[in-house]
Parts: sequence; C-alpha cells; structure tokens
Amino acid sequence: MTVQVRIPTPLRKFTAGQEEVAVEGATVGEALMNLTESHPELKSKIFSDDGAVRRFVNIFANDEDIRFQEKLETPLSEGDLVSIVPAIAGGRS
Amino acid sequence: MSSFSDLIERVKASIKETDPDHVRALQLDGSDVRIIDVRERDEFVEGHIEGSDFIPRGLLDLKIENAVPDKSQPVILYCAGGTRSALAARTLLELGYADVKSMAGGFTAWKRSGHPVHIPKTLSQEQLNRYSRHLIIPEVGEKGQAKLLDTRVLMLGAGGLGSPAAYYLAAAGVGTIGIIDSDVVDRSNLQRQILHTDDRVGMAKVDSAEKTIKALNPDVEVVKYQDWLSSQNALEIFEGWDIVVDGGDNFATRYLVNDACVHLGIPNVHGSVYRFEGQVTSFVPGQGPCYRCLYPEPPPPELAPSCQEAGVLGVLPGIIGLLQAIEVIKLAAGIGEPLAGRLLTFDGMKTSFRELKLRRDPECSMCGDDAEFTGFIDYDVFCNVS
Repeated sequence: MTVQVRIPTPLRKFTAGQEEVAVEGATVGEALMNLTESHPELKSKIFSDDGAVRRFVNIFANDEDIRFQEKLETPLSEGDLVSIVPAIAGGRS
Repeated sequence: MSSFSDLIERVKASIKETDPDHVRALQLDGSDVRIIDVRERDEFVEGHIEGSDFIPRGLLDLKIENAVPDKSQPVILYCAGGTRSALAARTLLELGYADVKSMAGGFTAWKRSGHPVHIPKTLSQEQLNRYSRHLIIPEVGEKGQAKLLDTRVLMLGAGGLGSPAAYYLAAAGVGTIGIIDSDVVDRSNLQRQILHTDDRVGMAKVDSAEKTIKALNPDVEVVKYQDWLSSQNALEIFEGWDIVVDGGDNFATRYLVNDACVHLGIPNVHGSVYRFEGQVTSFVPGQGPCYRCLYPEPPPPELAPSCQEAGVLGVLPGIIGLLQAIEVIKLAAGIGEPLAGRLLTFDGMKTSFRELKLRRDPECSMCGDDAEFTGFIDYDVFCNVS
C-alpha cells in the first residue's frame, strides 16, 4: 500500500526539496526502508548503524509516536501519513 | 401602594434562601456550586468569599448567560445583607436558572460566622483601564488578571522567540518577567528580535529588552540575568519562577532547562524554529512528558544547525513565540487546555499546523518512574559541542 512520508525542513535537501514522498509499505519500518532506498542519504540521518531509529528523531504514524505503538512494526493503512520529526534547537540567536 | 419592605418580603417568599454555614460546607465538600458576589466593586475588593465570581447586581442580567451558560448549574448569590441577592435571585429565576439561592444575611453574616474572607490584590484605576479588554472576557476577568500580575515568568533568551513572547506577556500584564541572555544586540538580530532597536546595537540584550518592556508597560518588573545559563547557576536562577519559556538556540541549554524544570516542578513552555518550520509544546510536570521523553538524546552538532548557520524566516519566531506566550497565559490563569502532551508543528511555507501526540516515557532518565535527580551533567559533553 502507498503511504506518504513527511520530510522535515532540515532533511529536504536529501529529497530534492520534496516535503512529502510517497512510498510503499505495510509497516512504518517498511515505508522508511523504501524511503531510504530511494533517497540513500537519509538513511544515516534517521537510522543508527544498528538499524534503530536515532534517539533525536521521532517517527509518528499519523499523530502517534511509534515508540509507544509497535515501533518500526507499527502497521500502516493506505494513505497514512508517516512524519519524521527531528529535534530542532533554534530560537534565541 | 406597597412599600419597599413589602416588595422584599414578597421577593424573599418567591425565592430559595440558604445560610453561610451551609455555603461554607458546600465549599469544603468541593461542590460545583457557583457563588456569585452581586455587590458593588468597592465592596468586593474589600473582601469576599474566596472563589466567588464578581458580577454586580446592576450587570447581572446582562452578564450571567456568559458567566453561567448552563441554566441547571447550581448558583448561590450573596450581597452584604441578603436583600440585593434576593432581588438578584429572582432575576435569575426569571431568566430560567433552575437552582438559584440567595445567602441570607449576606457577607455580614458570613463574616460573623467566622468563615474565611479573601482580600484580593486590587487593580488600580490605571490597571482597570489598561487591562479592560481582559477584564470583560469571562474566562480571564479580574481574577485572571490578578493571577497574571502575580505570575513570574522566566524567559530563556531575549532573541527570536523570547522577544515576541516577552513583549506580549508584558502587554498582558504578567507581573514579573525574568530574562536570561548573555548576548549584546547585533544588527542581524533585528530582522526578528522585536524587543531591540537599531540604536541599541551593541547594548546588552537584557538591558534593551527591559527598556522596551518598561516603555510598553511600567507595571512589569524585569529581572535581568546577563549570564550564560550553566549547570552551576541553573538552580539558583530557576528557583522561585512559576513558568519558564524556553527560546534557547542550542541543545545543551535545552536539556539543562528541561532538567532544571523537571527537578523544580516548573512548567516549561518549549518553542523551536528552523527556517520556516517551528515546534511548540508545554512540558508540564505531572501532566505529560518532558523534553527528554520526546528526545532522549541530542543530535550530533553536524545535524543540529543553529539559526545562525541555517537561517530563519524572521516572522516565524514571531508566530512560534506568540504560541508560547498564549501557553503561558493559560498556565498562569489556569484556563483552557495547554499543549501538555501535544506537539504543535507549524510549516510556514504551507501555512499549516499539525498536532502530534506526546507521551511520557516511563523509562525517561529525567521524569521516568525510576528516575532520580543526581545533579546536572556536563551538557556540552552530552551534546558533543565542547
């Protein structure tokens, strides 16, 4: 099934500026795997070497954090929105 | 022709009365009864029943439907001696309120029975004028404004986020605003940092911020910390503040702010921006997650560009900073639903908001079930920036 992955501003340089990328995947893990296959530079930004999601990046399936669902096994339905939400620090200077 | 006393007698016969002991018992039981003081303002400010709403009898029929929209809501009215409240009770019955009582003997009998009297911090004539648009909102009113004036809000930085937040909070009458910022005003700040002005380039940001805030609202006390927040001074600075507004620009500070707020139990209103995208949430101890539940670890510096490196659309921190300001107002006045457990994201390019659910992590190293505060860590090392 096809789902949309929302790319945050800091990572859009790796998706040729695209805000959302359509990918296939029945779970969040599959969707992200397919995303990083078509956009290889994203891989190290989202996953650490052991294949886990990096701890300064949160992945939401629709509006739920997958860490409190079934992590990368969280199932997806056609048309779901997966969001990559990295920590951003900016504000003061 | 009947006399006034005949009229009152007839009115009292047509309404229900209660007495101060009964009202006090309801209060102590935590009953949801609404107690309304229908006396004049000067009587109310000299002392009233704690928790009561103030609507003078002359305005009661105009204001009651806003203040008490549910006509089945139990309401108790009181005045000084029980006469005006009896007349007011009849008005409410005529308006369709089903459960209205007048407190016999009024506030005089209440005091005589030895029940507690609340003497509010009163607003001056100038304050009544300045905050008049707040005072006519039922959710804020004089009670809410007094709370704002009593609130101490500490701003992390007088920069992109801190400027709009502090400016509006000062306008709103937040009584004490603390500002931590070690920087001086640079011309490149002025594209977004609206507390500062061109002729203050080179001036300490805390001094410039104080000038702007005082010029807008001399009511506000400004406490300046021209210092870099560190593990050494964080507790000393944070203690005694009601709410912290985090408008920091680096991860080391954000983790330090989080840890200090969790440790001291202070709500932390968080905002961050990147180019044309922003995030806002309120980390309220006991009501939701903390920053570490959301991001257990910071990104490495090469993946964490600051505004200085990445740029930011000048209007964006205005939007995010003001969302932080409205969070502060709600937390201070105890109204509405703060963003506890919700992350609001804003994409300025699309002008679209999204809301994501945040959960407290029971294994969080700061606020988790087994977490224990053992002092602050070296945040620069934690964030690999030293």
